[in-house]
Amino acid sequence: MSKTKTKTPARPRKSTPPKPEFWKLRLYVAGQTPKSIRAFANLKVLCEKHLKGCYRIEVIDILENPDMARGDQIVAVPTLVRDLPGPVRKIIGDLSNTERTLIGLALQPVV
Amino acid sequence: MTQKQKARQPSSKTLPKASTGIQGLDEITGGGLPNGRPTLVSGGAGSGKTLFGLEFLVRGATQYNEPGVFMSFEETIPDLTQNAASLGFDLDRLVAEKKLFLDHVHISRSEIAETGEYDLDGLFIRIADAVQRVGARRIVLDTIEALFGEMPNPGILRAEIRRLFDWLKQKKLTTVITAERDRPDKLTRHGIEEFVSDCVIVLDHRIREEISTRRLRVVKYRGSTHGTNEYPFLIDEHGISVLPISSLGLDHAASAIRVSTGIDRLDGMMGGKGFYQGSSILLSGTSGTGKTSVAAHFVDAACRRGERCLYFAFEESPRQVVRNMRSIGIDLEPWVRKGLLQFHAARPTYGGIEEVLLVTHKHISSFQPSIVVVDPITNLLMVSTLNEVRSMLTRLVDFLKTKEITAIFTSLTAAGGSLEASEADVSSLMDTWLLLKAIEVGGERNRALYVLKSRGMEHSNQIREFVLTNDGLRMLDVYLGPEGVLTGSARVSQEMREKAVVTFRQQEQETRRRELERKRQIFEARMTMLRAEFEVEEETIQQSISESKLLAEEVLQDRGQMVRSREADTSAYKKVGGTPAARKR
Repeated sequence: MSKTKTKTPARPRKSTPPKPEFWKLRLYVAGQTPKSIRAFANLKVLCEKHLKGCYRIEVIDILENPDMARGDQIVAVPTLVRDLPGPVRKIIGDLSNTERTLIGLALQPVV
Repeated sequence: MTQKQKARQPSSKTLPKASTGIQGLDEITGGGLPNGRPTLVSGGAGSGKTLFGLEFLVRGATQYNEPGVFMSFEETIPDLTQNAASLGFDLDRLVAEKKLFLDHVHISRSEIAETGEYDLDGLFIRIADAVQRVGARRIVLDTIEALFGEMPNPGILRAEIRRLFDWLKQKKLTTVITAERDRPDKLTRHGIEEFVSDCVIVLDHRIREEISTRRLRVVKYRGSTHGTNEYPFLIDEHGISVLPISSLGLDHAASAIRVSTGIDRLDGMMGGKGFYQGSSILLSGTSGTGKTSVAAHFVDAACRRGERCLYFAFEESPRQVVRNMRSIGIDLEPWVRKGLLQFHAARPTYGGIEEVLLVTHKHISSFQPSIVVVDPITNLLMVSTLNEVRSMLTRLVDFLKTKEITAIFTSLTAAGGSLEASEADVSSLMDTWLLLKAIEVGGERNRALYVLKSRGMEHSNQIREFVLTNDGLRMLDVYLGPEGVLTGSARVSQEMREKAVVTFRQQEQETRRRELERKRQIFEARMTMLRAEFEVEEETIQQSISESKLLAEEVLQDRGQMVRSREADTSAYKKVGGTPAARKR
């Protein structure tokens, strides 16, 4: 028990900006619409800033693959699905509101 | 040009309709839902919206060769499949046959964040893909309003739903949109009825006096006439059945064939032939007047002719009916064993009145009887209001008439109530009305029967007494006393009294006749006597006349002789006459 106590003070690693987890993101779009292009661009910027090197974006055009939309319960487009790390989260819209996107993805930088 | 006009004409004249295949609904709507257009089906929780949609698709796929898509926003596909199985629909098979496509749309608000512009293309594409896969002509959105609870921005949602409906119309899909109705003054929770302007159907599930009734109403149907009433409907293992009161119309055949009532003298009261085949007969009366017995006679006679009878006993168990009828010499059991007679006994309280009607329909359709007895209809009032019972009976009567089934309805008249007001107030529906009544007089209660009305045949206007004997119902002679019909011992005593009067009168007449005879004899005797007296008198008078004549002649003779002898002046003497002679005397 005393051992654990001694370990606890060593834990404060609050500011570890590069998260060790690998991020798997899926962006659902419906064709090459301005919205989907905007969403992809916004996402790219965001990931480069916060998750550099440990993310992968998969863009799925549901026009070509409607079954995928069913599987992930896509209703609105664009929808961004955070597959990993779990739990799965979904955010909808073209990701132009960065703050909300970060909250939605639980990627909010430490204040 | 002409071709274009030709092609347009039918659509401009009559709205094309998509048959729902839901029993009764197509009759109310005049053929179904507007083809290629959306219909809103609104109702409270548990009112049957989802099943309505499912049946619409299943019937379309199986009966009209119109594949369908079901977009479920609430229930999962396994749940749907299971629910549909309870209606006898095998969704899995239809899906495998590519006649149906099921999709469950589910969003949980907790896992959604809104970060900017979006649209519902995800949903649209899923729908479009589903429609394309099965070549759908029909689609159900159940319940698209669920999205309002899940999507963060209602403004976008409304705009997108409008776009969706436009797209559905453009694709000419016959659409059913279900919506939750949580307040009676609103059709839908989120006002999506504004997007659906063609047809609105409201489902309702209400409980009155612990018995639930489902109802359906076509609130609006643009470009088409439709029944505006609230129609009761049922959900059972064969799906939904709406029971439209007006659907059958009044064009049933009228048979001229007559069927015996099973009671000779009752036949006699109706032109000697009995009821018309396919007519509806009401037997009403207070309790214990023999309604069931009259009905049993009819059933027995029909079975003897080899006809099939269906007996709905709402008050007694079949065994009880059989036993009781045996006591008046009617054995129904052999008919039951032969399969000519079928009993269905149940208290109507086990379900709503619609359920009773539906069960009745079903049994009639499967047994195909030529005679149906409903004993008694008044028990239906236990489960429903007068209005509902009336409408249910109207529908039942119409149904039986189209099938040319002769039907007997017994109706219990409450003691003290007006006899001629049948409890369920259905007399106008009936062709023949036999009224049974108890006549209480002189400490006795006797049964009497009369034909209150019988359409299309001559019938007796007499009140007839009858007795229930060990050998069946026996009608007695008409006995009308000075104070109306007499029954029982009053009748017997009155008969005896009258007989005495008659005898007395006969005796009196005899006496009078004899008196007259006697008088005549007296008269004649007197006549004889008088005549005799007269004759005697006459004789005497004649005699005296002739005597005096003789005397006068003698006197004259004597005087002549004297004159001659005296030689007097005869002429002077003659003037004086006979006086001197008399003086002389």
